[in-house]
Amino acid sequence: MGGDGATTAGQAPQASAGEGQGGWHGLAADLAGDRQMFRVSWGKAMMWIFLLSDTFIFGSFLTGYMSVRIAATTPWPNPSEVFALTIAGQHLPLILIAVMTFVLITSSGTMALAVNYAYRRERGRCAALMMTTAAFGALFVGMQAFEWSKLIAEGVRPWGNPMGSAQFGASFFMITGFHGMHVTAGVIYLLVVARRVLAGRYESTGNYDIVEIAGLYWHFVDLVWVFIFALFYLW
Amino acid sequence: MSTATEAVPAADAHQQHPLGLYFKIWGLLFLLSALSYMVDVFQLQGALRWTLIVALMLAKAGLIVAVFMHLRWERLVLICVVVVPPAALLVLAGLMVLESDYVFTARMLYFR
Repeated sequence: MGGDGATTAGQAPQASAGEGQGGWHGLAADLAGDRQMFRVSWGKAMMWIFLLSDTFIFGSFLTGYMSVRIAATTPWPNPSEVFALTIAGQHLPLILIAVMTFVLITSSGTMALAVNYAYRRERGRCAALMMTTAAFGALFVGMQAFEWSKLIAEGVRPWGNPMGSAQFGASFFMITGFHGMHVTAGVIYLLVVARRVLAGRYESTGNYDIVEIAGLYWHFVDLVWVFIFALFYLW
Repeated sequence: MSTATEAVPAADAHQQHPLGLYFKIWGLLFLLSALSYMVDVFQLQGALRWTLIVALMLAKAGLIVAVFMHLRWERLVLICVVVVPPAALLVLAGLMVLESDYVFTARMLYFR
């Protein structure tokens, strides 16, 4: 709480019960008191609640995909082969998705470092790392555009494809499309925040929570990809 | 990087941790991703494949949420708000497995 400008104004006085307690006692005290519960800035709490809602959207999409795949009576295309590439005469199964996975994990690493440097108030490094993160994100979206173009050229459509079950196309475009949209929005979000950090907008208050909040969004995008990678591409 | 941890009054103030921690988790995520890619490269099948896919997926998800998103340093009430509701999705997934098995059987019996 202390020193956090966003949470001090207009707050009811903090009850002393449960102050500083962790674990189950802290949880009971937090829920029982008529006061602020999470002890994080409102922006961070709101981002968590937004991400929770997004979890339900992606969870429902993946569950729907699982249902149509189990219920399909035609053979499901083998993702290992669908996403294979031939590079320098070498046939590499699933290589495109593997590279995309590593790009996204790398971007998550640079984002974590950016949050660290934000709290150290090294705004140049913070902004540079955020822009690096955004660049990796843009690279990911670029590779996804390549992946989509390749599949569309091979005749994959939301209503069918030449390799097997029609449900493959519907699931593929819906799930990867929605994830790609999140990455694109994240790239823009990161660039906007990075520009503000660089311009010194948060220097006067010293409140760099916004970088962590943007980081939460970015790590969530990476998190969703972990599930898509496992359930869509490895299944 | 000892400077990272000094002058941090409490875990709920600012999430600042040693840089080395992030590099370790980063490396671990790379390793786990490489292993899950290996599952496909070696074309493992059956229960072994599924155990590995799900275990690696949950390990990666756990690392990202706990360390990169700093959830392990948040208060339990926030952890519960974030972690408990998605459990409902597991119930949905379980119900849909039963449902889609039924749809598959019905299609095989009547619609082929």
